[in-house]
Parts: sequence; C-alpha cells; structure tokens
Amino acid sequence: MLPAPVGGPVPERHVGAEAALSGGLTSLLGAAGLALGLSVIFGDPRHLRIGWLLPLVGVSFDLDPLGGVFVAATGAVSVAVGVYSVGYAKRGRWARLPMVTLPLFVAGLLLVPAAGSVTTFLLSWELMAATSLVLVLSEHRRDAVRSAGAFYAVMTQLGFVAILLALVILAAAGGGDTFATIAAHAPGLTSGTRTTVFLLTLVGFGSKAGLLPLHAWLPKAHPEAPSPVSALMSAAMVNMGIYGIIRIDLQLLGPGPHWWGLTLMIFGALSAVFGVLQASVATDLKQLLAYSTTENMGLVTLALGAAALLSSSGAPAVAAIAMTAALLHLLSHAAFKSLGFLAAGSVLSATGLRDLDKLGGLARRMPATTVLFGIAALGASGLPLGAGFASEWLLFQSLIHSPHDSNTVLALAMPLSVGAVALTTGLGIAAMVKAFGVGFLARPRTAAAGAAREAPASMLAGMSLAAAACTVFAVAPVLLGPTLRHVLGELPTLGGSAEGPALGTILRLPGVAGSISPGLLAAALVIAILLAVGIARWSTRHRPPATETALWACGADALGPRMQYTATSFAEPLQRVFDDILRPDTDVEITHFAESQYLVEKVTYRTRLDDPVEQRFYTPVVRAVRMWAQLVRRAHNGSIHLYLTYGALWMLIVLLVAK
Amino acid sequence: MSALGGAAAALQVVGVLAGAPLVVGGMRQVRARLEGRTGGGIAQPWRDLRKQLRKQQITPRGTTVVFALAPAVVAGSTLLIAAIVPLIALGSPLDSVADLFGVVGLLFLGTVALTLAGLDTGTAFGGMGSSREITIAALVEPTILLAVFALSVPGHSANLAAIVTGTTHNPGQVLTPGSLLAFVALIIVIIAETGRLPVDNPTTHLELTMIHEAMILEYAGPKLALVEWASAMRLTVLLALVANLFLPWGIAGADPSLLTIVLGVAAITIKVVVLASLLAAGEVFIAKLRLFRVPELLAGSFLLALLAVTASYVLAASN
Repeated sequence: MLPAPVGGPVPERHVGAEAALSGGLTSLLGAAGLALGLSVIFGDPRHLRIGWLLPLVGVSFDLDPLGGVFVAATGAVSVAVGVYSVGYAKRGRWARLPMVTLPLFVAGLLLVPAAGSVTTFLLSWELMAATSLVLVLSEHRRDAVRSAGAFYAVMTQLGFVAILLALVILAAAGGGDTFATIAAHAPGLTSGTRTTVFLLTLVGFGSKAGLLPLHAWLPKAHPEAPSPVSALMSAAMVNMGIYGIIRIDLQLLGPGPHWWGLTLMIFGALSAVFGVLQASVATDLKQLLAYSTTENMGLVTLALGAAALLSSSGAPAVAAIAMTAALLHLLSHAAFKSLGFLAAGSVLSATGLRDLDKLGGLARRMPATTVLFGIAALGASGLPLGAGFASEWLLFQSLIHSPHDSNTVLALAMPLSVGAVALTTGLGIAAMVKAFGVGFLARPRTAAAGAAREAPASMLAGMSLAAAACTVFAVAPVLLGPTLRHVLGELPTLGGSAEGPALGTILRLPGVAGSISPGLLAAALVIAILLAVGIARWSTRHRPPATETALWACGADALGPRMQYTATSFAEPLQRVFDDILRPDTDVEITHFAESQYLVEKVTYRTRLDDPVEQRFYTPVVRAVRMWAQLVRRAHNGSIHLYLTYGALWMLIVLLVAK
Repeated sequence: MSALGGAAAALQVVGVLAGAPLVVGGMRQVRARLEGRTGGGIAQPWRDLRKQLRKQQITPRGTTVVFALAPAVVAGSTLLIAAIVPLIALGSPLDSVADLFGVVGLLFLGTVALTLAGLDTGTAFGGMGSSREITIAALVEPTILLAVFALSVPGHSANLAAIVTGTTHNPGQVLTPGSLLAFVALIIVIIAETGRLPVDNPTTHLELTMIHEAMILEYAGPKLALVEWASAMRLTVLLALVANLFLPWGIAGADPSLLTIVLGVAAITIKVVVLASLLAAGEVFIAKLRLFRVPELLAGSFLLALLAVTASYVLAASN
C-alpha cells in the first residue's frame, strides 16, 4: 500500500517542494560524507573536538581511513537514496515527519564511524537507532508496521544496552573515553575484560548487522520501512554493526585468541546459510532482499573471522586477502542492495504490491526498473558480470589458500566454510532468479501488476547512480584497489602489514598463485555471445520470414496468468529439500461430495512459512518476559500509599549500598 | 604465451563446436547398440542441427528479450569456457582471466539464463523446468566448489594450468584418496549439470519427469538448435575438462609446437570418446531417479567432496 499521509491531507502542502528539499538535503549530506571519507582515505586523518557540546567529556570525532571507508560508503548510498526519495516521497505523499527525519538518519549514519570517543560513539549510535525507528514507523497506520516497529525498537535497544555495557567496561579498563587512549592501554587489559567486551559487542553489533540468532528484527523492519529507508538500512546501517566489530574487537582489542576468529566464522556461516535459505523461499520481494542482507552480512563476518583466524595462525598474506574480501563484499553489497531495495520500492509505488505471487510481467510495463533490478539481482547472485563476483572470489581464494600445516582447526574450519559459502552462493542464485524471473518476467498475475507504470525520472536517476556503482564493482574493481590498500594498512593485526591482493585489471594474489579479471572476462563473454549469435544466423537465407505465435497450451485454450508458476511453487522443491530447517506449516483439507467418498468437491491448501529461529528462540523469551511482567503487575495495585512506601524502601536500599 | 598458444585456444573452441554434436551422437549410438537398436548414426545430431537452423524463426507471444537472448548466452558462456580451460594446450591466453571458480561462475551464468527464459514464457512447463533446474544447480554448487578446493590443494592454486601442470609433474597424486574422491564427486556433478541419467532424462518428454526439456519447451527452429548445440558443448567441455584434470597426459605445454598440438588433439579426442562411451554404457543400466531423491545423490557427492578436501589437507599436512 502507498504510505498514507500522517495527520490527514493538508490541501496547501507542496509535497513536491518538501520532497525535493528533504531529498536534496539527504543527497548533499551524502555527497559531503563521500568527499570527506575519500579525503581521509587518501589524505591525513581528521580530528574534531567540541568540548562545550557535552558536559564532562565533550564530543570528539576522529576520522581515519577505516572510518573513512564507512563514511564514504554511507555517503554514496545516501546520494542515490536522496535523489530517489524526491520522486518517491512525492508519489507516496509522505508526511513531514519522515521527510525531516531522513536527513537526520543519514547524519547519524555518517557520525557513527567518525566518532572518536566512547560517548560520541554511543550518542551517534542512538541518533541512528532512534531516527531509523521513526522512519520505520512512517506508515504506522498499518498493523504490520506497528508490530515490526515494536520488534525493532526492543531489539535495537537491547543491542544498544549490550554495546553500552561493553564500551563502558572498555573505557573503565582502558583508562579513558577516547578510542586513542583505549588503544594505547589495550595491551594491558586482562583476558577476562577482553572476553567480556568481545562477547557483549558481538551481541550488540551482531544484532545490528542482522547475524543469527539476533536477526529477527531485520526481515520485519526492513520490508515495512518506506523503500528509500529500507535501502539506507540494508546498505548502510547494517554496515555499522560490521564497523563496530572491526573497530572494537579486531582493531582495539585484537589480535584476539583463536576462538574469536572461529566464533565470528561460525556465526557468519550460520547467518549466511540461514539467511539465503529464507530468501530462497520468501515470497515478499522486500523480505527476500532483507534476508539476503542477513546472508551477505554473514559472508562478511565469515571473511572477518577468517582474517582474524588466519592472522593468529601466522598467515598474514592470506589474512590480508580475507580482509580485502570482507571490505570489498561490504561495499559491493551496499551498491547492489541499495539498488535492489530502490527498484523494489519503484515496483511497490507503481503497483502497491510486494508479493511476488501477485506480480509478474513488469518487464514490459517498467523496462528501466526491470533492467536496474536485474543488475542488482546479478550482483547479489555472485555470478561473473555481477557486482558480488570479485569479492566472493577473493573470499574463496582466502579460504582455499590457508596454510597446510598440522593445524586441525584450520583443516576443519576452511573446508566447511567453503561448503557453507558455496551453498550460500547456490541458493542465492535460486533466490535472485526467483525474484527477477517471477516478479518481472512472464505475464502479470493480478490487475494491479498489469496496470504498473514506469517510475518518475528522479527515482530512475537515483537507481541509475546505484547501478553505476554496481557496474564498477562488476567489471572494474581495479578502481577500488587504492582505497582498500589504505584501509588495510590501518589494520596491522589483520594482515595489514602484508601486501594485500593487487586489484589491477587482473586481480592477482600475493604469495599464492591465483588470478582473475572480471573486466576482461566480461569483455570476452560479450565477444563469445556475439560469436554464438553469429553461429545461429548460419543459413538464414534458407529460412522463411520470422513470425510470432501463441504459447503451447497442450492443445487446450489459451493459457491464463493463473497457470503460471508463482514464487511459492518455484521455491517448493527447495522448501521440500530443506524441510527440516524451514519447518513449513502446511495444511491440506479435502472436502468430499456427500454422495460419494471418491469424488472431491473442494481442496484447500494452505502453507505458511515462519522464521523457525524466531519461533523457537524468541517465543519462549517473550513468554517468560510476559509472565514476569504479570508478576510485577501484582505489586502495582494503584494505591498511592503503597507506591510511596516502595519509593522510601528503594531510597533506603540505595543509601545503604552507597554508604 | 605464443601465437601457437592462441591458435590452440581457438582450435579448442572450433573443436568443441564441431565435436560436441558428434559426442552426443556417439553416446546415443552406444546406448542404441547396447539396447539392441540400430541407432541413427553418430552424425544424426548434426543433421538435426542443420534441419533446425533452416527452419522459421518463431517467437512465442508475450516473451521478452530474455527469452530471445538466453540461447546465445548459454552458447557464448560455453564457448568461453572452451577457450579458457586447458583441453589441447596449457597456454591459453585467457588462463589468467578466469580460474576454476570463474569457469564454474560462467557455467552457472548459462544455467541462470536458461531458467530465466523458462520463467519468461509464463507457461506451467517453463516454470516447472526452471524451478527444478535451479534447485539442482543450487545443490550442485557446493560440491563443485569443494571439488575445486580439493584439486587446488596440492598445486596451491585454482588456476587450471597450474592444477594440470601439478598433476603432470607429480603423477602419484592422481591416486591419492583426495583426488579420487574429488573425481567421483565431479562426475556426479557433471551428470547433474548436463541433465544426464539418473538426474534427468535427455530423451524424455513426459511432463512429470522433465527438467531441462520442460524449460526449453517453447524454443523452436534456430533457437532450439542453439540451445541443443550449447548443451552438447557443455557436456563435451566438462567431460574433457575432467579428463584433463585427472589424466592430463598428452596435453601440449604452455609453449606448444605444431606436433604437440596435433598430439594434444588426438589425446583429448581419445579421452572424451572413452569417457562419453563409459557414461553412455552406464546409462543403459540405470533408470531416472525420482526428483526428490536427486538431492540425496547430490548430498552424497557433497560428502565425497568434503572428504576429498579434508583428506588432501591432512595428507598435505603429513607430507
């Protein structure tokens, strides 16, 4: 459904002008972030301290190349989203609140990686979390949005509590508020402190990055948010979870023990496989993309874990490859996922539909959006010519080139990871073929899909920007070589001291034999396809003129659109193969004629797919919390006298403890 | 890389183009003879192709450019694989452009193009074939990549020339457990990817069992010719690649002479003929598996590949 204007339609409102202002501001902020990020990556680090802004500690920003690459990526996504949202907000008649909040959200996203102290980091993090919550709730008149918003609010705040605790412990043990002071004191930290901080940040940042089992908010909140916001959340906000893991766990506290890397790899692999499995059976286009975000963040975490593990196993050169894979995949994911969500938003605003089972035939009605979504889907499937190919190749190379010594952990972890990543890639292809093939090709399955109109120019322009970024990742990752080299230099404990992979026209790996060239491969493929077209033209002279004819309908009447395969039926074999993990809730009801048992009057088939992790882990927790709340409620009987007694008792306890 | 190296790569492409229909024809002939039939002769696929290429170009109503372009993408990606992999000589100019992972990616690009074409028709058959094909492809991918991993462990590289050179220099590693397990896993993968028995029956047109044929049901004339040509080429290239990965003898070096190229052509022809005949002879004795038994077969091959990697790791460590 199109977002309903909050507070009723105001006749004299100039939605177009307001949308242009909000989108323009978002793009400007993004462009500034991109410029700043790049200037830090290729120039000197920047510091900014505003003492008066916050009592006691002040606000301090400290941007180095590692933060710079996240600022630049966020900025680039925001530029595309800003341009896109001009048309989207106007078409959807956005209320003023989301229009004002959108640039604020971008500001929060840009401040997080720039923060130079614990307090500033936490404040920026809360700005990001709170503004994103407001944006998720923009269409709060729908039940699904409200429930997703409540889920998101609880989980993001619980994650924040974990991060807060971790950083407070770190600041207390590290002897200061700024990251620089903590870094200086980090070698003196006890292993107990390190472990506590690692586990707490893994929970906090992992839930932001959508890692299993704390991913449950992601496939609820990302699809229910307005599409430009979904793009920002999936392409920029989840990155902040990864940033936190790199900055706190791998840079400040690193190098950690073996099991840190292993833990990251396990959670990464589980998230990747689970996310892609859910994506391959999802029928909601935006939910599919959201699960794919969990998948890709899982791959990035797996690569980070591999880098940490390899580095602590004495293979810095291979660790550098894994680290490059993680960063490159993070960036290319930002490009193709923002494009994917923007294109899905353009479908949503044109048809009011997200359900793939009701879409179809958009290729004829919205050709530009179809091509753009195709670019995003190709990128997400990790195939050659797609944006995700180079980074997945690097990840595979780092996994297969781990040292062959008698290290049993490596000998087991690496093959299993290759299997997990390969299964993820295979299922990812299936998910993206489904999204593109069922959603955009064939014939419209409903009247709404058949009446779709192409998106307005500003939306197409925003998507084209993201598509251009995808093309760079697909054929010319060489352009990102210098950036990644500078960032890698910041991370000496993760193989940064070793020479990273050379991202030339031909990607070469240092120390190990292996090379690939996405650009040349694309060129060669185009030539080969032209050759094949030429071969098919052989003996054209003998052919009768080309013609058009109806589809084969097995001799019956014309085929109806309901006879097509839907997304559900397309994914049915996969659902059946992974029955034990997905646990679909299927219900078949057969009604017979009263006259005879052998004649069927009606068959009802219902199938429902819920997130099994959510079903099994969240439901008991929610139930326990609810029971506890019931107990606590008994103490609240409404009597003022009783409340005054509670207050006095509590005060006494505090005084006794503080004495 | 010399001029002759480039010529050898071009020769590979031409050889696969010309030889692929003959390989399929040969396999059908072997089956026919073993089943007591006369068979259409080895050149029958070529005659079919010529006939189809002269037919009228027919576009089903409502299909988009995806449907029109998919055959060329499948054929093109297969031709590119033929140019990259070491079939006749090692020194392909494209060797540094794509390693074994790249080759697998190209293979899947072709599969994806055809599945999208199947969906594009908007018929029940097209969707059914696509759905089944992509399910099998998704389950095949882990096995392929693990087998690639197992093969790349001894030579420390996934580049094809490096793997083949490693085997020629150290023939003993063909008989290691890791290598043998990877060989079996790859053969199962090739059977699944090229739609041979027991995963798919290339001669069936029964809707309950069709996979590949259902997907391409709407193709006719020249486009059908291209699709069938491409699937024959995929089979040929994959058989030749597996033959050379495990038994590289006879292949010309990175700097080939005219004589070694001739020898290389003869060697790869013999290898492919033997492997294809064995495969065809094996198909006589088995029936197609039920669709939902296929994942079990693929899970088995995945386990074999996993064992292969672990074995080669442990053995490499103990050496």
